[in-house]
Amino acid sequence: MRRVLPEALLAAVLTAVLAVPIFGLRIHVDGIDVSLDRTPTPVIVAVVVVFLLRLFQEPLRAGWARARLSITWQHPLADALRRTRRQPGYRALPWTLLLIAAVVWPFTASRGAVDIMTLALIYVMLGLGLNIVVGFAGLLVLGYAAFYAVGAYAYALLAQHFGLSFWLSLPIAGALAALTGFLLGLPVLRLRGDYLAIVTLGFGEITRLLLNNLNVLTGGPDGIGNIPRPTLFGLEFGRRASEGGATFHEFFGIDYSGEHAVIFLYLLGLALVVSILFVIDRLQRMPLGRAWEALREDEIACRSLGLNPTVIKLSALTLSAVFAGLAGAFFAARQGYINPESFTFIESAMVLAIVVLGGMGSQFGIMLAAIAITALPELAREFNEYRMLAFGLVMVLMMIWRPQGLVPAVRPRLELPERSEPAP
Amino acid sequence: MSGSSLLEFIQQAINGLTLGSIYALIAIGYTMVYGIIGMINFAHGEIYMIGAYVGLLVITVLGLFGVDSISLILLATLAVSILVTGSYGWTVERLAYRPLRGSPRLVPLISAIGVSIFLQNYVQLGQGARDVSMQPVLTGGWRFGPEDGFQVYLSYMQVLIAAVTVVSMTVLTLFISRSRMGRACRACSQDRAMANLLGIDTDRVIALTFVLGAALAAVAGVLVSMYYGLVNPFIGFIAGLKAFTAAVLGGIGSIPGAMLGGVVLGLAESFASAYLRTEYKDVVAFALLIGVLLVRPSGLLGRPDVEKV
Repeated sequence: MRRVLPEALLAAVLTAVLAVPIFGLRIHVDGIDVSLDRTPTPVIVAVVVVFLLRLFQEPLRAGWARARLSITWQHPLADALRRTRRQPGYRALPWTLLLIAAVVWPFTASRGAVDIMTLALIYVMLGLGLNIVVGFAGLLVLGYAAFYAVGAYAYALLAQHFGLSFWLSLPIAGALAALTGFLLGLPVLRLRGDYLAIVTLGFGEITRLLLNNLNVLTGGPDGIGNIPRPTLFGLEFGRRASEGGATFHEFFGIDYSGEHAVIFLYLLGLALVVSILFVIDRLQRMPLGRAWEALREDEIACRSLGLNPTVIKLSALTLSAVFAGLAGAFFAARQGYINPESFTFIESAMVLAIVVLGGMGSQFGIMLAAIAITALPELAREFNEYRMLAFGLVMVLMMIWRPQGLVPAVRPRLELPERSEPAP
Repeated sequence: MSGSSLLEFIQQAINGLTLGSIYALIAIGYTMVYGIIGMINFAHGEIYMIGAYVGLLVITVLGLFGVDSISLILLATLAVSILVTGSYGWTVERLAYRPLRGSPRLVPLISAIGVSIFLQNYVQLGQGARDVSMQPVLTGGWRFGPEDGFQVYLSYMQVLIAAVTVVSMTVLTLFISRSRMGRACRACSQDRAMANLLGIDTDRVIALTFVLGAALAAVAGVLVSMYYGLVNPFIGFIAGLKAFTAAVLGGIGSIPGAMLGGVVLGLAESFASAYLRTEYKDVVAFALLIGVLLVRPSGLLGRPDVEKV
């Protein structure tokens, strides 16, 4: 106790020093008159809280440890589920059920909810794409929004200038994003991993600045509008068909409803997510995918086994950029309007938060995190100004307490089968 | 080159050196932390932003009390800002980085990004997202050149920035090269495990590094708030990015490198905004970064690092 009290006092003083200039005094500018607003309440609250926490640190820690011990995951039901999943025939069952639920869901939900989920699907795509570099290859990319922007602007410009449809533009958008990733990675990936973080961050900023300033090409801060919506084999989802086109409701002889377009976009997004999942799942089992993870674990060992680190890293960055490009084109098609504000650093940070939160390398975790991060702010709009604050805090806390994420990735491993009878 | 374009060149060089001093001060924080624990302290730009806010706050408070002596304002502002900003540097290291010591490289980096996002929004919550501006404290300057043509303008503030930067750098260099703690710092940057075995409290050295970096960032923040008289919660992001570029340019881990890198970057930016377009100065800065990494990955003054098993 003798030692704890001075330490608690010191922590309280430190809190006061930290909090007074930011929360205790606020500069108030009114024309040329400058005055100070004094708001002592938050500072006093913070000081008292820190003092008490520091004072009772040890009993609190002990109590927390005991509480943690009493929670275990050894539930009979969980065990039964785990055993069922090991049966060969049932391995795909949860995924199939999930997919069926995801396909049926929009027909029962409200229009607004489907719209939000479509946005969530875009973040799922981005999260899965970024996961390739961050989760598998262990390279930090901080300008992922740049590839996303390349995809979005590719579709918008191709549609505007050459009248290309969404379906034709989608692969081009992916290819252009891949090219950007390749060209960016070529000089940088020879170097240590941390440089990539900063160079991609700088690249993200350059991209945004260029989009803002190349007015002739990108429309500057005003962006590009009137981006055509995707069609279903040439069928449009508008009330009236454009010249020479046909609409969905006329073709099928049903009444026009705005919901058709929303549900179609959702299903399109879902189809993209499922195909991305499929591709990544296959890539992961290929020698290339194995090399990514091996490189993350030990670069020197990889070199000594004859793997070329630069080529492997480059392939991860390029593929990851492809998915961002696809997500970007889909985003442009969903919004119908894009401007540089959608591709700021915050966007990159959000996707990174999704990957970190879900668990680096864990596909399922990332999908959950993407849905949570897009849907939660919609449910709690009044907390919007605290959203980014919470993001930052969660990123730090996750790194301290659970760096493997909410749903940690399952490493493939081999076990010797148990013998039923002892060998003679 | 005609007379007036030469004068214009000198003017841009002066502006570039001013900007470069600020970058150099921030860059030292990056380079020292990287030199010792091999981590990019992503939140350093935010620390600088807090320094600028505190500077503005102290100047405002002094103004309300009617203090108008420049040297008193400068000293008081620097002292308070260094105290507060240093505390932030220490606290961030203690809470967000120390528990992660020994984890894979990506983990502290992500934590640092979290801290950066957190601090930016934390200041926004406390002080509002809008620009906060104030009357310049120190006005006036010297003019050189023909009466009717282009005149080079050297403001007192620019001279002050250069002077304060040189003094801070000298103090830092003396501290690192002469003092006991400075020797411990150098030992840690060469081999942290060995330094630890020889009885150096490495945790303390690391904490000190963060405090020193934050203190120099505070100096930069105060100078900027006096120079531009304008602060918002978002200035730290781009300034941090530029300062990191400067640190890499000079060779990360090397303190003279950070100084040189800052000046080179400041000059490059100043000339780019004069002879190209202002909007492209950031583009030039990052292009310079990518270019240097291509040609000389260890930076201008850095040693190439060899990875050992």
